[in-house]
Amino acid sequence: MIEFHLDARSGVAPYLQLIHQVRHALRLDVLRQGDRLPTVKEVASGLAINPNTVLKAYRELEYQGLVGARPGVGTFVTGTLSGASVAAHAPLRRDLTRWLDKARRAGLDEESIEALFLATFRATGTRQEEDIA
Amino acid sequence: MTALDAQGLGKQYGRRWALTDCTLQVPEGRVVGLVGPNGAGKSTLLNLAVGLLAPTTGAIEVLGGVPADGPAQLAKVGFVAQDTPLFTSLTVADHLRFGAHTNPGWDAAFAQERITRIGLDPDQKAGKLSGGQRAQLALTLAIAKRPRLLILDEPVASLDPLARREFLQDLMEAVAEHEVSVILSSHLVSDLERVCDYLVVLAASRVQIAGDVDALLASHHRLIGPRRDPAQLPSGQEVIEGRHTDRQSTLIVRTDGPVLDPVWMVEQLSLEDLVLAYMSQASGTTRGRRPVLEVQR
Amino acid sequence: MIWLTWRQARIQTLAIAALIAVFAILLLATGPHLVTLYRDSSFAACHSNCASEASNFLNQLATGSGYHLIYLLGALFITFLPVVIGLFWGAPLIARELESGSYKLAWNQSVTRERWLAVKLGLLGLTSMALAGLFSLALSWWASPIDYAAAVGASGGFQERFFPLDFGTRGVVPIGYAAFAFALGALIGLLVRRTVPAMAVTLLLVAAVLIAMPLGIRPHLITPVRHTFKLTAADLNGLDISGPAGGQIIQIYANAPAPAGAWVYSSPVTTASGSTVFGPVPQACQSVGNGPQACFSALARIHLKETVSYQPADRYWTFQWLELGIFLTAAVLLAWGCFWLIRRRLS
Repeated sequence: MIEFHLDARSGVAPYLQLIHQVRHALRLDVLRQGDRLPTVKEVASGLAINPNTVLKAYRELEYQGLVGARPGVGTFVTGTLSGASVAAHAPLRRDLTRWLDKARRAGLDEESIEALFLATFRATGTRQEEDIA
Repeated sequence: MTALDAQGLGKQYGRRWALTDCTLQVPEGRVVGLVGPNGAGKSTLLNLAVGLLAPTTGAIEVLGGVPADGPAQLAKVGFVAQDTPLFTSLTVADHLRFGAHTNPGWDAAFAQERITRIGLDPDQKAGKLSGGQRAQLALTLAIAKRPRLLILDEPVASLDPLARREFLQDLMEAVAEHEVSVILSSHLVSDLERVCDYLVVLAASRVQIAGDVDALLASHHRLIGPRRDPAQLPSGQEVIEGRHTDRQSTLIVRTDGPVLDPVWMVEQLSLEDLVLAYMSQASGTTRGRRPVLEVQR
Repeated sequence: MIWLTWRQARIQTLAIAALIAVFAILLLATGPHLVTLYRDSSFAACHSNCASEASNFLNQLATGSGYHLIYLLGALFITFLPVVIGLFWGAPLIARELESGSYKLAWNQSVTRERWLAVKLGLLGLTSMALAGLFSLALSWWASPIDYAAAVGASGGFQERFFPLDFGTRGVVPIGYAAFAFALGALIGLLVRRTVPAMAVTLLLVAAVLIAMPLGIRPHLITPVRHTFKLTAADLNGLDISGPAGGQIIQIYANAPAPAGAWVYSSPVTTASGSTVFGPVPQACQSVGNGPQACFSALARIHLKETVSYQPADRYWTFQWLELGIFLTAAVLLAWGCFWLIRRRLS
């Protein structure tokens, strides 16, 4: 069974962290189809977070088609995250390497590259989440 | 139903107003954080909510009833006061018996199981327990009563980090299992960030801001950009706090719509940033739309 | 709530009950022998004018057998019992909870604070009344031969029960004192909110009232009976003279002819015109050598009279019930005061 943790200083909302951890576990095959997720009560009391936060994460995962709730029994993994995403990795990695070369040739140091990447990543990320919500 | 409904609530001691013009509607089913500096009126508000104090002005209703107005109302609300008062000469087991005798809705099995799980010795006198153990016993008494609302006045203030974490874990477990609403006060935001989904900021004996945490974080942003007079911002954007150097302005604004001006870098706020902004606004001499200007070189 | 009241007052209750039990056992152990002594005495056989037989009986008791000690201890114990009740049951009742903050725990269960107070006041108040009543019963039973004799001829350090400071050691008034002291302590504790200062104030007030009652209030409850007697030489006992030779008589002692068991307020000997001081002193009284009889005969010729103000013995129980009523009413008013105060929210 997956065990959650919370990074209080990451600036990422707790429910998003839970979602990411489930998705990450699915990718790494730590979570498989049919596995039961910890109950809301277990996660809330284990991490000392609001149960509504856990509910929100589980609902979002359900919306993304990854888990399904069975009343009275628990929340179970129903979907997978393999396949398409793995196939798309190779060309994306190539594009990224090309972009990084360009950035270095333009004179950016490591920190500037990271700052530029994170800022753009977050800005476009929020926009995407708002589209979802 | 609203868990707590205050209208123009005020409490005066001698010449000092501990709470002024407090109007709040806190919904049920939430874990509400009441945060503010010491002496801001948090304890006063909570004591008014359980009927230990009577208002000087205004009115307050809790779960639709007048506080402490009869056994039915008392049964709805569980309270742990600041410094967790207990009967120091009574044992832990005596406290459970006390709870059973004075509460018709007492869940004896739950109380007993919790005491065992925490590892309290039933024959230990309450006066000899550590701070963390006292808090856990007081919490047990409040939850085993099966209230609809738990009111906790600075429950973790004097606890070490481990005891603090265990207390909050048990509180969240109770919320998940029994569906109680919770109002807890603290002067540390870090305690509240994990557990609260509704926030009330109390400073200078007034309510500065109140609302769902998600909504608050979505409507408040940090704007960083070139030096700008806050009064020049569009009308939908209210500046809560502003700091300026000769070239740069950092503003904390509240707005319902998006910030479209491309000159600003828009950042998310943490809950602590938001609370601090409102608390520093309150500690300024004027309260209103004009931000506190602080020129740094 | 009943369980909680007992649990919180456990130590004091057991302590007081133990003390009372020990003393009661002592009384029970010595009582039957006292009854035997009485039955064997000449006083029991006497039918009229038994004053000297009564004194003899009491003097006999006073010497060596320990009865006088038990009598005194009993009187002291029952006199201080209301003070102890007020101090250790009444004053801490609410004050301790207010001082320690445990009232915040007690008042946030499913029991209103009025009910909390009602059970505490009612249960412990009634218990204190019961304990005081039981002890008074035991003491009154034990001392009944003594009281009976002292009413006729008090002697040997034993006093009649109608006597002001002894009145509160018998009968039903200890019940009233206990209730009053308890309720007063509770109210003081509620006002002062600190246990030790509340105990101090309660001590002062209870003591003040228990002293003021026999000295200042009880005498005025019912108008005493007044009787004036003409004195003969045989009634006179002695006299005090002051001033130079031939000076003034300021006090004459006579056998106060009040009936048995009465509570005598005063019995001044006065001249026919009503003054207690007169002169000149008769010749026969100015020298001691002749013996008192000539002096007394000389005084008898001056037509002295004695005016006795007293409450007759048959009013004893009237006074008992009256005083019980007064103290119970006071206790009820004090208790009502507690309820009134507790309804106001504490700041």
